[in-house]
Amino acid sequence: MDETLLKIKNLKTRLGDADSPVYAVDGVDIEVHRGEVFALLGESGCGKSMTALSAMRLLPPSGCIIEGEAFLEQTNLFALPEREMRSVRGGRVGMIFQEPMTSLNAVLTIGEQIGEAVRLHDGGNPVGVAHRVVELLRAVGIPDPERRAREYPHQLSGGMKQRVMIAIALAGRPRLLIADEPTTALDVTIQAQVLSLLKELQHSTGMAVLLITHDLGVVSEVADRVAVMYAGQIIELAETRSFFRQPAHPYSRKLFNSLPSLGSRDRELAVIEGSVPRLNQRFTRCRFLERCSQAQDICSQQAPEWSETKAGSGVRCHLFDSLPGPQQPSGTAVSARRNVQFAGTGRLLEVAGLKVHFPIHVGVFKRVIGQVKAVDDLSLTIAQGRTLALVGESGCGKTTAGKGILQLIRPTAGSVRFDGAELTGLSTGKLRSRRADMQIIFQDPVASMNPRMLVGDIILEGMQAQNIGENRSQRQARVIDLLGQVGLPADAAERYPNEFSGGQRQRICIARALAVDPRFIVCDEPTSALDVSVQAQILNLLKDLQQQRGLSYLFITHNISVVAYLAHEVAVMYLGRIVERGSVEEVLQSPRHPYTQALLSAVPEIDPARQRSVIRLEGDMPSPSNPPQGCHFHPRCSQATEHCRSAYPNPVRLSQTRSVSCFAVNPDRFS
Amino acid sequence: MISHLVILLTDALIFLLLLLSIVFGIYASRRAHLRRPWGLVVRSRVGVGSMVVLAFYLVVGLLDSIHFHPLSQPADGAAEQTRSTEVISLFDSMVSGLRTRQEKTYSAPLATHLYAKESIELADGSTIRDFPRLQHAGVHLPDPAQKTADILKLSAIGILKGIAVSVVAVNTLIMLLAVKARSNFGEQARRVLLATGSEIPWRVVLVVLSSMLVLIFWSAELAANYHLLGTDKVGEDVFYQALKSIRTGLVIGTLTTLVMLPAAVMLGIMAGYFRGWVDDLIQYIYTTLNSIPGVLLIAAAILMLQIYMSNHAEEFNSLVERADLRLLFLCIILGVTSWTGLCRLLRGESMKLREVDYVQAATAFGVSHLQIIGRHILPNVLHIVLIAVVLDFSGLVLAEAVLSYVNIGVDPTMNSWGNMINSARLEMAREPIVWWSLAAAMIFMFTLVLSANLFSDVVRDAFDPRLRSSR
Repeated sequence: MDETLLKIKNLKTRLGDADSPVYAVDGVDIEVHRGEVFALLGESGCGKSMTALSAMRLLPPSGCIIEGEAFLEQTNLFALPEREMRSVRGGRVGMIFQEPMTSLNAVLTIGEQIGEAVRLHDGGNPVGVAHRVVELLRAVGIPDPERRAREYPHQLSGGMKQRVMIAIALAGRPRLLIADEPTTALDVTIQAQVLSLLKELQHSTGMAVLLITHDLGVVSEVADRVAVMYAGQIIELAETRSFFRQPAHPYSRKLFNSLPSLGSRDRELAVIEGSVPRLNQRFTRCRFLERCSQAQDICSQQAPEWSETKAGSGVRCHLFDSLPGPQQPSGTAVSARRNVQFAGTGRLLEVAGLKVHFPIHVGVFKRVIGQVKAVDDLSLTIAQGRTLALVGESGCGKTTAGKGILQLIRPTAGSVRFDGAELTGLSTGKLRSRRADMQIIFQDPVASMNPRMLVGDIILEGMQAQNIGENRSQRQARVIDLLGQVGLPADAAERYPNEFSGGQRQRICIARALAVDPRFIVCDEPTSALDVSVQAQILNLLKDLQQQRGLSYLFITHNISVVAYLAHEVAVMYLGRIVERGSVEEVLQSPRHPYTQALLSAVPEIDPARQRSVIRLEGDMPSPSNPPQGCHFHPRCSQATEHCRSAYPNPVRLSQTRSVSCFAVNPDRFS
Repeated sequence: MISHLVILLTDALIFLLLLLSIVFGIYASRRAHLRRPWGLVVRSRVGVGSMVVLAFYLVVGLLDSIHFHPLSQPADGAAEQTRSTEVISLFDSMVSGLRTRQEKTYSAPLATHLYAKESIELADGSTIRDFPRLQHAGVHLPDPAQKTADILKLSAIGILKGIAVSVVAVNTLIMLLAVKARSNFGEQARRVLLATGSEIPWRVVLVVLSSMLVLIFWSAELAANYHLLGTDKVGEDVFYQALKSIRTGLVIGTLTTLVMLPAAVMLGIMAGYFRGWVDDLIQYIYTTLNSIPGVLLIAAAILMLQIYMSNHAEEFNSLVERADLRLLFLCIILGVTSWTGLCRLLRGESMKLREVDYVQAATAFGVSHLQIIGRHILPNVLHIVLIAVVLDFSGLVLAEAVLSYVNIGVDPTMNSWGNMINSARLEMAREPIVWWSLAAAMIFMFTLVLSANLFSDVVRDAFDPRLRSSR
């Protein structure tokens, strides 16, 4: 028997009925070898999950496999009766999915759920099952497995639940593990834990992993080989190292260039124009044609065939051998313009001691028994035309902080001064007249627009509320103007939001915020729901607008590379408080706080040649309703001392711009 | 003929409701998010089929909602026509034959003789006990033994008439469609009949329409000469009673909704949007209301109304007006007891919506609460309201039957399926059994409720965003 474990040949999968078919997977060939990590990389909707689901015959009811074969070792998966297929799933092939929160049954203990899988494969000897459950939990790195086996899913954190899911997948001693975006829903520090666990398990058991992801960082971290999918087809297949050194397909190259980073902050990001073509058509030409900058006549005349570049790798492009080497990122021409800075004219926004607490009520009389301290004593300042990035993991209170500053949630204490005027404690009416100065852009472009309203009306709403423009026709003209500024056609005003793609919707949201001429915008993870290629478009737009209008941004995100590209200053937040603050170069290049150090080290490195040592954080962020005594970070900190357990460290000022809240940081040594 | 129009309270409200639905229809046809689900409804075969059946009920109900004082026939010799104190509806005058042909007591469906023996005086002066001939059924037959042949003949005539009318109707429809689609008649006919190329399943519409028309003409033919569904205790035609009950059922099913909607929508959205003490107050109100047994509340209200009416008898011009007030009152009290469910649903949905990003964005623009509710919350809960209204309809029709059965429903003089069942229940025990009142009420109610339920299923499927995405 050769090296091949899973072999998929010319797989074609259709979604929807025969009248309006969507060719989700259109002729995919992959081979997964024994004991390797094979990554399937692609943007959302490119058919990567559908490929795996087709191979496992787990398609949704509307999907069907039209053509192709799938072999697991010698077994033809598409010819097996459903009964035997069931023993393949979970037996020879284990699967884990993106959302660990919904994959576990809330009313059964962890032990029972793993035991169920164990019994299916090892038989029902209770002692043996219990023994194996503990063994599996230990294998996935859950401390104190005997006790944990008796706990329920809600007692476990997100990372723990994903570990339990992996344990269940391992119960049948699979030869192949299919991991569908296993870390997308997790924070970056937890993602690092899960990825290293996957790698360890793959080494110790010798199983193969089919990793489905959209994250180049994850691929470079764990994969041996990578296949890039685009619009239902594999467009490039390569060893991970050579892929990252020299991507062959124009799409892959552009993908790399569109990644934001510290190095690219002085120029415009390369963008892949347009969006992925709809898959409800038959293609007679290259699928990437409209977005490719190197397209030639042949690309529009016939669809490119698969061409093998060397053994085990290939590319689907007419021009694969005539393309020049990896280009230098484009857009250097604008760097001069980029350097024009708005002089930081004083402090536009000053936040001091901001607290947002949510009381916990109990009983009929709503007795307050505690406070969820979502934001606890937060101070920051933003100058005109500057960007402050607020970085932190989910649940650290960064979104609440943004809403508290805008008075969308009334703060419990503290002061927010905008342009010298105090905002907290203003009456609703007074506040209403000040709203035009400060706007917000949300994370989810789908939820941030009323689906029942026309795009034009959505943009008009703010102008009407703030009495901008004298009459309707003037406002209408302004809507068209704004749409032009964010790069949308004028007829967009007459359409509904659902007719636009995610990136376009985010543009509309930006236009809506700009409609009232704000001076300060809170950007609440505006790109985290978007694909990498679209993310670059939005980041460019935001940066352009800042240049033109002198906008100030409070950029809330967990994505460090976006911070590096866009921000001037960074504030790192942990459990409602800022632990480190400084200019972007200071914080990203020499982090001082142990948490910042761990956070930055957990970010997957794009370049697989660059080795990094991940500082592993144990456990999860504590609950903000019951923060630890002393320094909030001490239970997870490797440098914690007795002092840290008893008192919260005051910010230590290290330079003009920089301060850190940690006892271990000594100001004298750096001053 | 219509000399003096009488507008009863429920009539006025029904036409108000009709007006509102037409206005809403025009509003919806301009909004893509409302037009699209209705498009799905008319594209569903079950949807259009049940719509046709409901349309027939609706027509009968509306005809029965135009009331007037008829001119009494001039008694022989009297010079002037006088206005009768009686109030009848347009529908009554259309089927006046059914209304006026009363027998003495029970008679079976399509019978020629009464159901009970009586002493009959023969021509020679002797009396015998036998089943007497009916006064209005089968009188044209010289010999009752010819009944079967006659019924078959009448059936054949009725069905032929029905087929003829439905052929005309089908052709007219195809012609209209052809004009609209700018194609020729033959082409359009092929499209409709072979069910190709057209998104709306016209074939189903035509099949249901034709069978309803055939059924109507068949029953009209028979009902003109016999009592199609027999007569009740006082000799009234049961078929007529069942038809008259349609209006009662529709009124209860729709007006109740009209009464409860403003309260449910307003309070529900207020509770969910404002939270805080507003929410507490509204929640306490509906929790309290919910813990009072509904039947008890209805009984108390109806009994109070009865006492009021008997004390102020002079305020009512006719029995019909009295019965009508009681019907309206029943609608109101049913509405009061049933708004809590929808209110709770809307509260939950508004609570979710107030945290949604676009509402937050509107707040960040300084848009006022009223505008946020009107522009963002209300349009986004409208589908829930619509689903609740359509789903509640059949439940309310059935509730009327149950309430009338325990004597706290509509006025005993008013025709309703509940009253029919109530008066028939005692006869279930007698031997031979009188089954037709019950059966007639059941058939009419069953058809209405079944088609309403099928229709509401289709509506819910079309409007529920969670179900929509799975297709």
